[in-house]
Amino acid sequence: MNTQWRERLQRWAPYAVTPLIVLAALPAMGLTAWVTLTVAGLTMGMMLFLVASGLTLIFGLMEVLNFAHAAFVTVGAYVTVTVLGPLVGWTTAPSLALNLLALLVALLAAAAASGALGFVFERIIIRQVYGAPLRQILITIGALTVIEQLVIVVWGPEAIALPKPATLRGSVFLGSSPIETYRLVALFVGLAVAAAMQLILTRTRIGLVVRAGVEDREMVQALGYHIRRVFVGVFIAGTALAGMGGMMWGQYQTLVSSQIGDSMLILVFIILIIGGLGSVGGCFIGAILVGLTSNYVQFLAPTLALGSNILLMALILLWRPRGLFPIGEQ
Amino acid sequence: MTGQLHKIPEQPSEQATIALAPAVSSSKPYQSGKLRRTSWLSWIVSDDPPGRLLLNAIVLLILAAFLFAPFLFPGAKALGVASRICIFVILVASYDLMLGYTGIVSFAHTMFFGIGAYGVAILLAKGWVGWGAVILGAAAGAGVSLVLAAAIGLLSLRLRTIFFSMITLAVASFAQILAEQWRSLTGGEDGLTFTVPAILLPSFRPLSHPVLGVTINGPVIAYYLTFVVALLLFLLMLRIVNSPFGRVLQAIRENEFRVEAMGYQVVAYRTMISALSAVMAALAGALMALVLGYNGPDTTLSFSLMIDILLMIVIGGMGTMYGAIVGAVLVVLAEYYLQNILGGMNRAIDGTPFLSALFHPDRWLLWLGVLFVLIVTFFPQGLFGWLRQRR
Repeated sequence: MNTQWRERLQRWAPYAVTPLIVLAALPAMGLTAWVTLTVAGLTMGMMLFLVASGLTLIFGLMEVLNFAHAAFVTVGAYVTVTVLGPLVGWTTAPSLALNLLALLVALLAAAAASGALGFVFERIIIRQVYGAPLRQILITIGALTVIEQLVIVVWGPEAIALPKPATLRGSVFLGSSPIETYRLVALFVGLAVAAAMQLILTRTRIGLVVRAGVEDREMVQALGYHIRRVFVGVFIAGTALAGMGGMMWGQYQTLVSSQIGDSMLILVFIILIIGGLGSVGGCFIGAILVGLTSNYVQFLAPTLALGSNILLMALILLWRPRGLFPIGEQ
Repeated sequence: MTGQLHKIPEQPSEQATIALAPAVSSSKPYQSGKLRRTSWLSWIVSDDPPGRLLLNAIVLLILAAFLFAPFLFPGAKALGVASRICIFVILVASYDLMLGYTGIVSFAHTMFFGIGAYGVAILLAKGWVGWGAVILGAAAGAGVSLVLAAAIGLLSLRLRTIFFSMITLAVASFAQILAEQWRSLTGGEDGLTFTVPAILLPSFRPLSHPVLGVTINGPVIAYYLTFVVALLLFLLMLRIVNSPFGRVLQAIRENEFRVEAMGYQVVAYRTMISALSAVMAALAGALMALVLGYNGPDTTLSFSLMIDILLMIVIGGMGTMYGAIVGAVLVVLAEYYLQNILGGMNRAIDGTPFLSALFHPDRWLLWLGVLFVLIVTFFPQGLFGWLRQRR
């Protein structure tokens, strides 16, 4: 009886971390700020999830850690700048529908551009370093540098302003708490993508193959599936997601620079480590945890803000050395 | 000659780590008991000379160029470049201890570089003066680095390569944030400016007449200090990798499970080498602070510095030690002078919009990055390793 309870506690404890942090934050800051910050944290978590989920799937399936993932975020953000340029009539129009349509076009364009680049990237760079972790790290870091420099060649070294669409600039009030309108859009997009991903992974045949591949690659291969082809598909999807993340993040920051991907990379790594490398569910919870923590700490102790996530990672690693939801444990 | 290369039979690496063939062949297999010695020269380089005639000549030429650098390349800028190269030789060679010889990928190397630099900078900026303060600061930086590296190593070197590299990346970025935020101690983003000991100041001129047309002053003395320390530390590291301890490290790189099965504590060896490497990096940082008279987060802690180190080690050649010299020389020269070349090309093709952006003077990192990717792809052993392997 006793051991059974302990086992249950061990299994469910990781799920309790996020709610506990959310609850603990409430008395520390008061209801008004708490609502605003929680929504802000969830939004940030969703944008981070877009970027991190692709990386974690790529790692889970082929054990490839792509440091150049950050470059796809940057490309997505810059493609948004290029696409929204001609659509300025739509973004400045005082019509919510036109604004959202412009964002949707930009989102799809960013995903397509990053995905296409990802396809080429897999061919040229990743294919030659399967199973060689040291060369993987080196070559993807080199590629990250090259792509970032090429982005500067194409779009110029100065940061580019990317104003939010007209109707998404202000805030709405939830009770007495102000919430930026754009955050609601970002939250919705993130949740929609997460739901779509979950559906594909759990309800389709290809999703089944991907999940099985993450658990045991050799077995899936032995059953006759061409795992390399599946992986190319996952790589393209992952980089497309990174492009979407870059689009949402650049639009949120209203400023796009060639460093935008780098600034996310460390947060994304922290999410992967917290969630457990290769686990999509862990990645989702990790992203929300990181988003919430940064927003809460920024409000409570601004000087600690930048380092808070690294401290969070250290604490979680001391508790669970392989992350909250390590794969291959059941 | 003792240090001749042995042809290593091609073996499929079981762990599929990077093929670092030349390092293993750097000298004959270690024989228990005395090493055969042919000359004191061979003794100095731990029986691990650069290679045959051509490579020895190249390394000797570089050494001679640095020995007479202030006279061969007069001017403050050239002296600064030469000092920077010497410092980076220590930094890159110490990184090679981990990456090339043990197969550890750490992104925290600049953190230790920064700790060493801040050790000297903080003491001198807080009003301490003289060599006592410099030595105390360097020792404190090295000590903190040693303890920190050992702690990180013991906690996370059990993990896989990739996990460890991600954790060190996070820790290093934390260190950078700390240095930027802790204004009272580190001066924040502005950094610290301080007065170095009087001997190293430009106003110090021990000789009344110029020697070979060059006025001997503080910066020249600072350069020679850097040069001598770099040379000694380099030879020390060469000794370490050619010792029995170094053999174990290389064995860990090739197949850690087999080494563990043979009764060596892999984690202990990894932790020891990363702590040692951290100490070297801290000493390099202390020299950097002394030469510049300034230290800030961008000078010694930034991630782009880490990219520079990776460029140097990969271009020069991992697991060769001498590759650090080649890499540091090439990359630092490129940083300072590739801009001029690109600027010239830029003027030549002025007008074509995309091409002129491609050859913009500020895009030197692009071309180094391309070179880096090409080298990892086609010459994983780097320039020096490739030259050494070709006979």
